[in-house]
Amino acid sequence: MGKPTGFMEFTRELPRDRSPQERIRDWEEFHDHTPDAQLRDQGARCMDCGTPFCQTGMILKGATSGCPIYNLIPEFNDLVYRGLWREALDRLHKTNNFPEFTGRVCPAPCEGACVLGIIEPPVTIKNIEFSIIEKGFAEGWVVPQPPKSRTGKKVAVVGSGPAGLACADQLNKAGHLVTVLERADRIGGLLTYGIPNMKLDKEDIVQRRVNILAAEGIEFVTHADVGRSYPVEKLRQDFDAIVLCCGATQARDLPVEGRDLAGIYPAMQFLTTNTKCLLDGSAVPADLSAKGRDVVVIGGGDTGTDCVGTSIRQGCRSVTQLEILPKPPASRAADNPWPEWPKIYRMDYGQEEAAALFGADPRVYCTTAKKFTGDKQCRISEIHTVQIEWTLDAQGRYSPKDLPGTEKIIPAQLVLLAMGFLGPEKPLVEALQLETDPRSNVKADYGKFATSVPGVFAAGDMRRGQSLVVWAINEGRAAARECDRFLTGFTNLP
Amino acid sequence: MKKPERQGLYDPQFEHESCGVGFVVNRKGRKSHEIVQQGLQILVNLEHRGACGFEENTGDGAGILIQMPHKFLAAVAGEDGIELPAPGRYGVAMVFLPPDKQFRKKIEERFEQVVRAEGQKFLGWRTVPTDNSTLGETAKSEEPVVRMAFVGCNSAITDELAFERKLYVIRHRLFNEIRYAGAPGGSFFYLPSFSSRTLVYKGMLTTAQVAEYYPDLADPRMESALSLVHSRFSTNTFPSWDRAHPYRYVAHNGEINTLRGNVNWMNARESQLASPLFGDDIETLKPIVHQDGSDSAMFDNCFEFLVLSGRPLAHAAVMMIPEPWAKHDTMPADRRDFYEYHSCLMEPWDGPAAVAFTDGTQIGAVLDRNGLRPCRYYVTKDDLVIMASEVGVLDIAPERVESKGRLQPGRIFLVDTKEGRIIADEEIKESLAKAEPYGQWLKENLLKLEDLPAGAEPSHPDHDTVTTRQFAFGYTQEDLNLIIAPMARTAVEPIGSMGNDSPLATLSDKPQLLYNYFKQLFAQVTNPPIDSIREDIVTSTITTLGSEGNLLDPTPKSCRQIQLVSPVITNEELEKLRAVNEPGFKSATLPILYDVSGGGPALEQALNDLFAAAEQHIADGVNILILSDRGLNEQQAAIPALLAVSGLHHHLVANGTRTQVGLVLESGEPREVHHFALLTGYGAGAINPYLVFESIEDIIRRQSLTGIDPQKAVKQYVKAAVKGIVKTMSKMGISTIQSYRGAQIFEAVGLNSEVVDTYFKWTASRIEGMDLAGIAREVAMRHRRAWPGRDYRDDVLDAGGVYKWRHDGEHHAFNPTTIHLLQHACRTGDMDVFRQYTASVNDQSKKLATLRGLIDLEFSEDGGIPIEEVQSVESIMQRFKTGAMSYGSISLEAHETLAVAMNRIGGKSNTGEGGEDPGRYIAEPNGDSKNSAIKQVASGRFGVTSYYLSQAKELQIKIVQGAKPGEGGQLPGTKVYPPIAKVRHSTPGVGLISPPPHHDIYSIEDLAELIHDLKNSNRHARISVKLVSEVGVGTVAAGVAKAHADVVLISGYDGGTGASPLSSVQHAGMPWELGLAETHQTLLLNNLRSRIVVEVDGQLKTGRDVVIGALLGAEEFGFATAPLVVMGCIMMRACHLNTCPVGVATQDPELRKKFTGSADHVVNFMHFIATEVRELMAKLGFRHLDEMVGRVDRLSMRKAVDHWKAAGLDYSRILYTPEVGEEVGHYCTMKQDHGIEKSLDITTLLKLCQPAIEQGQKVQARLPIKNVNRVTGTILGYEISKAHGLEGLPEDTISLEFVGSAGQSFGAFAPRGLTLRLEGDANDYVGKGLSGGKIIVYPPPDATFPAEENIIIGNVALYGATDGEVYIRGMAGERFCVRNSGVRAVVEAVGDHGCEYMTGGRVVVLGPTGRNFAAGMSGGIAYVLDAKGDFHTRCNMDMVDLERLENQEEIAEVKAMVEHHAELTGSTHAKAVLAAWDQSLKNFVKVLPKDYKRVLMAMDRVIASGLSGEEAVMAAFEENARDLARVGGN
Repeated sequence: MGKPTGFMEFTRELPRDRSPQERIRDWEEFHDHTPDAQLRDQGARCMDCGTPFCQTGMILKGATSGCPIYNLIPEFNDLVYRGLWREALDRLHKTNNFPEFTGRVCPAPCEGACVLGIIEPPVTIKNIEFSIIEKGFAEGWVVPQPPKSRTGKKVAVVGSGPAGLACADQLNKAGHLVTVLERADRIGGLLTYGIPNMKLDKEDIVQRRVNILAAEGIEFVTHADVGRSYPVEKLRQDFDAIVLCCGATQARDLPVEGRDLAGIYPAMQFLTTNTKCLLDGSAVPADLSAKGRDVVVIGGGDTGTDCVGTSIRQGCRSVTQLEILPKPPASRAADNPWPEWPKIYRMDYGQEEAAALFGADPRVYCTTAKKFTGDKQCRISEIHTVQIEWTLDAQGRYSPKDLPGTEKIIPAQLVLLAMGFLGPEKPLVEALQLETDPRSNVKADYGKFATSVPGVFAAGDMRRGQSLVVWAINEGRAAARECDRFLTGFTNLP
Repeated sequence: MKKPERQGLYDPQFEHESCGVGFVVNRKGRKSHEIVQQGLQILVNLEHRGACGFEENTGDGAGILIQMPHKFLAAVAGEDGIELPAPGRYGVAMVFLPPDKQFRKKIEERFEQVVRAEGQKFLGWRTVPTDNSTLGETAKSEEPVVRMAFVGCNSAITDELAFERKLYVIRHRLFNEIRYAGAPGGSFFYLPSFSSRTLVYKGMLTTAQVAEYYPDLADPRMESALSLVHSRFSTNTFPSWDRAHPYRYVAHNGEINTLRGNVNWMNARESQLASPLFGDDIETLKPIVHQDGSDSAMFDNCFEFLVLSGRPLAHAAVMMIPEPWAKHDTMPADRRDFYEYHSCLMEPWDGPAAVAFTDGTQIGAVLDRNGLRPCRYYVTKDDLVIMASEVGVLDIAPERVESKGRLQPGRIFLVDTKEGRIIADEEIKESLAKAEPYGQWLKENLLKLEDLPAGAEPSHPDHDTVTTRQFAFGYTQEDLNLIIAPMARTAVEPIGSMGNDSPLATLSDKPQLLYNYFKQLFAQVTNPPIDSIREDIVTSTITTLGSEGNLLDPTPKSCRQIQLVSPVITNEELEKLRAVNEPGFKSATLPILYDVSGGGPALEQALNDLFAAAEQHIADGVNILILSDRGLNEQQAAIPALLAVSGLHHHLVANGTRTQVGLVLESGEPREVHHFALLTGYGAGAINPYLVFESIEDIIRRQSLTGIDPQKAVKQYVKAAVKGIVKTMSKMGISTIQSYRGAQIFEAVGLNSEVVDTYFKWTASRIEGMDLAGIAREVAMRHRRAWPGRDYRDDVLDAGGVYKWRHDGEHHAFNPTTIHLLQHACRTGDMDVFRQYTASVNDQSKKLATLRGLIDLEFSEDGGIPIEEVQSVESIMQRFKTGAMSYGSISLEAHETLAVAMNRIGGKSNTGEGGEDPGRYIAEPNGDSKNSAIKQVASGRFGVTSYYLSQAKELQIKIVQGAKPGEGGQLPGTKVYPPIAKVRHSTPGVGLISPPPHHDIYSIEDLAELIHDLKNSNRHARISVKLVSEVGVGTVAAGVAKAHADVVLISGYDGGTGASPLSSVQHAGMPWELGLAETHQTLLLNNLRSRIVVEVDGQLKTGRDVVIGALLGAEEFGFATAPLVVMGCIMMRACHLNTCPVGVATQDPELRKKFTGSADHVVNFMHFIATEVRELMAKLGFRHLDEMVGRVDRLSMRKAVDHWKAAGLDYSRILYTPEVGEEVGHYCTMKQDHGIEKSLDITTLLKLCQPAIEQGQKVQARLPIKNVNRVTGTILGYEISKAHGLEGLPEDTISLEFVGSAGQSFGAFAPRGLTLRLEGDANDYVGKGLSGGKIIVYPPPDATFPAEENIIIGNVALYGATDGEVYIRGMAGERFCVRNSGVRAVVEAVGDHGCEYMTGGRVVVLGPTGRNFAAGMSGGIAYVLDAKGDFHTRCNMDMVDLERLENQEEIAEVKAMVEHHAELTGSTHAKAVLAAWDQSLKNFVKVLPKDYKRVLMAMDRVIASGLSGEEAVMAAFEENARDLARVGGN
């Protein structure tokens, strides 16, 4: 398969993104497409391993290694190398309902585990995936394929994020009548409102898929906030089974002095508002706008990066990103061997843009906020930070300690808290009387997905806690399988 | 000691034997007592070819067959008051009777009754005097009373042959009514002979004991014109008087590989047998072949039957052992016709065989088609003909010799004492061929498939239909991508590497095809695999379909059959058969479908219906049955094709109708070589894998397969499949598909006895398993994938994951989790992480990946012993070894890392088959050593020099390897980098071939010889023999112990890192648990366990694995895959592509730089394993590993097996201990007696040559030599190498001249400075492994025969020789210079397969060669004097070009060699060649390998460009490696 010597002949190449100076002027995607010939060479770099770690989806030291939806990566790499795009698309869709999403937003643990990564930069798996699906759309190969017949069973999928959509897609294929309930005004959950448009275009990409799903017979209901605007009883009455995919939307807070000041927002509120205004064609409310402000983002993860990119596009005066962890090394540390997720220093798009605009990476490491101080209007004006030292405690765990004498004050008129999520929101869980686990997630065993309430399944972040889009798809698909088995006593869903 | 019954894993039916055979005859038929004496003398001189067990005075059996000594018999009978009629008018039965008087009396009475009932006169009994004073206890324990019964001929019978027939009928009746009727003492009852023409004296005796035991033989009145003798080497050591040879007509040296099929086919033919010669007696004769005999005995049964039913001796012999005719272009047409006609009557009895046969008047011998046994003869001027496995078995003065010859492959040789002459092969065959107008019969009756008119146009279904069928038959993407497409593209079965770590079918969660429950058997030790590629001339893929006639009444109609060139047929060909409309043929199609919802019962019913329908069709005259699953649909699933075919085959065999019909399979299921091999092996005559063809069309349509059209792709696929079948059967040493058909060369694993006994009768199956319902359940699982019962279906084929790990594919023990944990643990030295790793592996084992996964350790109830009392980790590690992986298969870095690590811990690393750089024998400054303790000696003999051997602690003979038992290997030229070429003594860039067999091990006695040779080459090293687990490996191991190996290694099928065809990786061999347990049990039963160390390897990964290995019977342990993973291997499984990205299994200089392994990590691994072993030992309560060996009482099968498939498994035969006496040791406590002290080297040569070795003084001497003096000069060579290293001594420092017939392996491994002259002749293996020494052989000055026309040295001379000079005045046997890599040799004529696999050196042949010269020859040059100009017809042109000698330098070189030859040997022939040099020059043909030529030319160009030294070599290599037009490959 493929070209056995490809990895020795070709080097890793990715398309260059649109330049930061150009892209920050709009909300369009910053990715560019790769020419076919280059993709073939990149596909040829795949070694078609006997043990392809890229598709394992293992958890090593708490991080994902390899693809959690077990994409048949060596196969599609080979098909791309051979120019068999249509076959590649079929094999990609076999494991992944939405390659156009993962091909854009996934951090690509597949590449972190790529065996070639031991000796060379890994295969550009994510870009190949992205290219396959975009080729599929461009060629008109991705078209609605409604099921030939219906089982008559009705399923409600609550939540239209990646888990909910994947689950709905699978159940619909099996012939069940699927209704997706979404509390927001648009379908897509985190895909729509969590991820900014420049990373994942809402109308061109998300809605494109939703339209296909709708054409395949899935019913989408927005503004349906189960447990609030949509009564739980109705849900139970109208459907034979329910799959909850409501995500882990309870954001982690930073309860320090001055937290009540105006101008300090959870990142999601900031991002959602921005996207909604963009889609509605309205202006962002001044409170939530970064325009002309010094912005401090607390949290060095992907959401933090999205806040940086969004702030820049809104026209901030400056942006700083606080990261409590130390700056990662440029290459793998000794205690972070392949195939673990490489904890290395990376410049994501937001940082790249900040650097282009303001001359430096906006991230400040080993730093945490100790308190916020405000102006006379009780609006945030400064953040007091301190540096952190990480030391090994008696149990062998790293714990943070403030370093005296490193205190600093940073001016800020907008502070965005991007420190992760704690679990699902309570009202729905309580309304359905679901048992939860000690981490406040809905209790349902992986592989079974059944909650403590018969006929009710849970999947995605809501069950496993905050995680990657690919894990959400994994859980949505797997829960669909169990739901199908529950409904018919048999399943042949993959 | 009693002969044990089947118990545990031991089964007496797997006993093998091989031996020495010989005869002496006065061709004029003059009887004398001297002939008898000479026969006995031959026997004594063949002693080393036989064997004894743990008792020195108990032999495996020996005997002598002579003409009826009337003078003697009349006298001794007269003494007992019996008056004998005239010679020919009475018969004598030699009878073995029970010692118990009462039993004996009853049997004798019965005997007499039967004789009378059959109308003959019973004349009386004579007790044969015997003297058992020298017999061992074992032989005595089963010693019969030997009596002669005299039977007078009824006067109504006037014909001698008719009387013989009557005696034959009586014998059968006696057997049926006494032995098989279970008469008390009946197990003793046996008739060594019962004839009016011949008499056999035999028993469980050593060769010398034959004369001692039977004083009759010393009586001067005992006269005969011929003696046929035999000395037996059995793998078992159990008393067996009746298995000694000769049998009634034959003595056999060899093995019948296709026995099961031959016997089944003979049984199937019985119903049609009819002959006026036998009349109603024919019923008494059934079964013709007695199943309790050895293969030789069964051969004898069939041979005797053919002879007595009226065929001349020679006719019967060539029917059973035909020479290869199908690919013999120069064979006369009428002879081909004879063979082709007879192929319609009977399949060959295939296997290595030198069969000597006689009816008392004629005596002769026939050799198998491959020439795998030696057979030499002398004819003297005074009418004596002496034929034996060796020359020198009788002292014959040189001047008496008229000629010396050898029997050639497929040839026959006959002495007719009545006619008083030798009848040569040509004459015999010509007369046979002319006996009937066979050619005309064939022309009128035999149809060829290609000539039949076309049938219906096959369908071409669409993608969706194809996909649905693919699902129904369990196709995966891997099947398409890794199997079908490559076969269609390249016509070769694809290869893979790194073994197989996925579960046995019976332990897999995935639905398995029935094929996966069968593992291929293969030849090891007792017979050789054959080389189906390089020795293609002996193979045949021809099969026939139709009805067989009466074997006893051959008529023109007997060949009214349809002939197929191969058993895999296309859709078009199938339609031809379906539509056949010729007189004598009628075909019918029977569906093989069943209602899938009915499960097991429905399946069973469908099979019964199928059998009934087939019976009905046969009764209606149908003789081609097409079993078809084309009609499958949502309700009807296909019966697994193998089940349908084999079930029907056995049903028809049992009903006696099998030979009336040909079975053709039309199925969507088979797609791999293994499938085709199984279907053929269980009786299918032709297979149409229609779904493969439809799939090929589909992938071409979808452009997944490009650059080829469907017709061509189908053709290529069929070619690959057929090649694969041939390769599979050649692993067992079988050459023709016709013989392979129905031969059942497989073992079942995971099927219960009911299934096996009903549908796969006679197949070994040892751990029970699934029933018919289980099989149906797996079918249903696949069926549901195709027809899920709802509209939705995932239409994309599943990934598979058998050959490569896939997330939802088959389980692999080495998977991302375990690889990561293992590497992490060993790199960081973290035992806790290692424990996570082993927990993960062991847990996987419990997830039913391996047989041992279902085994529990029974820990001591009292908690065991304190760990301090257990032997140390360090002492445990000394029992550890790493696997044999050559430098060449893995990188220098990886190879040396393993050696350093193992030397540090006192364990042993293994060179693998590739030699070793002598620089590694010098210790490193830090005390480390890169010298591998184990030096492997494999079939290619790469880098095996005297010096290499002298540096070993253990010498391992690799008989087979787990990855590809029964196959050789190939290192393509692009991988023979200069450093590798150096240690392999070959040319960089020139491909290297390891032959499938060791060409000096075709049998167990040959192995004994090689062990002896190697012990001579380094008497301080242990000799180890590597075997692979399969049914019967225990008996082979017992033979290995008897052949004096110090260690026997039992490898699992799943291990193996080498590159190999995928079907071999997956389907050949068995798990080590079975092989090891069988070995331990069998060695105990034979009381041989205490003489040999047992080692085990094959995917050992954890301390638990080691402990289970010890408890099942091993005391040493090998690891290969795991240490590779520790060094960085990530199971790419791309070793064969040279692209290993981590520098472990690649020679690419850039990739080698990526190697990050370290000896420390490997040491950590071994330490971790030993630590775990020690902890488990404490819990088990063992202080020392020796205590644990074979303690199966501490193992149990897991009680709660909840897996539906595995629930039927039964390990009781694995966890079995034979009951043996207390004196029987259960681990190795004794050293083998290698008999080195008796060697000429020790007794004489060492002392003689001491001044040369110690002071470099010249030594010369002239000494007598006999055939019992084997391996002469080898110990001497060891001492030279040890003292002087690779360089040896200056040329001719030692010069020894021997006079007589040298024993085998004359001058083996002789290093530089040692010159051995031989005046006389030599046996096989002259100059084996020659390492710089010189060998000169010439006839005595008083010999009168023309040397160049007579055989002077035996077969397989100079095998694996690396350097030196050799001059042979006379002819050499088969395979002269096989795998020579450096010797310069001159010889005057050679047999078949000359210069086979040669990679270097220069060979001058001053006369004719046999066939298949230069097969597989990739290097060196041969110059053949082709006076008749027909050499090209006998040369295998696949890899060589033939040129003229033109270059002056080269001419001078050749001339100098011939001059040397003339001078050193006094050759008159050479002198004549030189005298007419100009003319001679024109007759010389230069044989130049294409590969070699290309490299030489590249080298010339590089040198011309100004490079020199190593730089030039590397540049030439790289230039050559880029050349895409290179030969070699596959």
